[in-house]
Amino acid sequence: MSIRPTPGPVTKPALRLFVAGDTPGAKRALDSRKRLIEAMAEELEIEIVDILEHPAKAEDAGILATPTLSDDSVTPPRRLIGDISNIAQVLEFFSFSKKDVNS
Amino acid sequence: MTAAEEPRIDPALERVKTGIEAFDDLVMGGLPRGRTTIVGGTPGSGKTVFATQFLAHGIADRDEAGVFVTFEESPTEIEVNMASFSWEICLWREQNKLVFVDASPRDHEQMIVGNFDLAALLARILHAVRRAKAKRIVLDSITQLFDHFVADQTTVRRELLRIATALKKEGLTVLMTAERNSEYGEISRHRIEEFVADNVVILRNALDRERRRRTIEVLKMRGSRHVEGEVPITLVEKQGIVAVPLSSLRLEQKSSTKRVTSGNAELDKMTSGGFFRDSVTLVSGATGTGKTLLVTNFLAGGVAAGERALLVGYEESRGQLFRNARSWGVDFERMEAEGQLKVICLYPEAQSLPDHLLTIRELVEEFRPDRIAVDSLSALERIAPETGFREFLISLTSFIKKHEIAGLCTATNKSLIGGESASEQHISTLTDSIILLRYIQQAEFMHRGLIVLKMRGSEHDKQIRRFTIDGSGMHLGEPFVGAPDMFGDGAAAGPSS
Repeated sequence: MSIRPTPGPVTKPALRLFVAGDTPGAKRALDSRKRLIEAMAEELEIEIVDILEHPAKAEDAGILATPTLSDDSVTPPRRLIGDISNIAQVLEFFSFSKKDVNS
Repeated sequence: MTAAEEPRIDPALERVKTGIEAFDDLVMGGLPRGRTTIVGGTPGSGKTVFATQFLAHGIADRDEAGVFVTFEESPTEIEVNMASFSWEICLWREQNKLVFVDASPRDHEQMIVGNFDLAALLARILHAVRRAKAKRIVLDSITQLFDHFVADQTTVRRELLRIATALKKEGLTVLMTAERNSEYGEISRHRIEEFVADNVVILRNALDRERRRRTIEVLKMRGSRHVEGEVPITLVEKQGIVAVPLSSLRLEQKSSTKRVTSGNAELDKMTSGGFFRDSVTLVSGATGTGKTLLVTNFLAGGVAAGERALLVGYEESRGQLFRNARSWGVDFERMEAEGQLKVICLYPEAQSLPDHLLTIRELVEEFRPDRIAVDSLSALERIAPETGFREFLISLTSFIKKHEIAGLCTATNKSLIGGESASEQHISTLTDSIILLRYIQQAEFMHRGLIVLKMRGSEHDKQIRRFTIDGSGMHLGEPFVGAPDMFGDGAAAGPSS
């Protein structure tokens, strides 16, 4: 959680999406990622981490499963594993509708 | 696993040593290279120690780097928990000889929807394998992985199989630990062994007559022979798991024809020249029949012949033993001062039988005696369940023989006049020679009698000899006339007058 006393530019909420190469599962997840960003009117960043290329990032974050959508800005981190195609469910899990208004 | 996925394995099955010597013997030299072994056990049975030792031995002694995938404790916790075994985990991590994949539970909120795979875990493992150039890998414990994805057991099974296959392709020797709910029951909680393991090893920490008894058992070895049954193990500081070897594996000891004195000239005559150098003799008798005297003679005789002698006593204190010896004209103090003799007295109850065995082994390896006396086995028998005692005896006698030491053990009869002691039952087939000491009644007199009951590979006097004890020790006299019964109640019968 960013607790910064100095007022900075309003940062978009940022998630990371861990996928493994270009499996069908990964493709579906990347597609869902696009729809999520659209649903948030571009007020959301989702970094794609291909764990086959960056296994160390998966190690640092302690990721076991793919696909995993992870919010590391909160404590404890929130992770959604598996199917992220249900946009409403995903937004609700990360409490974005609320956060969106505040930020 | 289908045949097509099975990687080619050298038919000779190259072995990977675990560093637990006696265990490697059980599996014909070590775990087969490139295969997967499940080590199952209840909590506290030593799974993580076994797994860490497997890696540590590879790194320290075989120049084989390792990867430790931990699902339970963090790498730091493992470092701390394994500190007493003196493995240089911290240093090895710095040198990349040991690389951890930390899959221990972390604090996060997690939701699982639909299908997923464990490609991230596999990628992390393979990354670590390449970083370390690993030959050995441990996954500790698989049960935790199942618990992490508790609602998706099928997925975890599928993914675990995928990981195991990938590790095999890398040529790694894989050791996975799995938790068991009970010491004797299903092999592991998720029946992992059925789909992923070539080999299954079980560690046990069972409560047996109020004592913990740790054992290791090889349950299955695909395409390879192994020794069956449980073998006692113990956890030793600075070493790790030490399995206590059973002699059945090593019955190929060469037999010596060299004789050594029993310490009693008459007895040497009865045995056609004394005991064999690498033999174990059992002296059995009721209390007061002269067992400790025979032991004292045995030690003194060795020292007089320029040998080094070791006495491990479980019944009497050093003071008592020294006083006894002095009363028979033997000066233990001088012998010890000259470095020819070592007397160690231990409480049987102070440690478990496998630990006692290790103590004796350490003493022998340190002092390097030519002969050893153990007085008495019956005292040790008190503290152990029957199976454990038999294993102990087998191990002890084979160890003594392997080191080509002359051994003399005593056993105490419960009955004064005869009958078998339990240790006698156990040991009689394991020892090379048996000497019985008995009280024998003839008319109104109680005599002491000695008979050499058995002597492997040698002629011996089969008469029952009368003997007396005085200030200079044991004196064998004439054979008994008539035929007193050495074994049972009939000992009181004697010849009718």
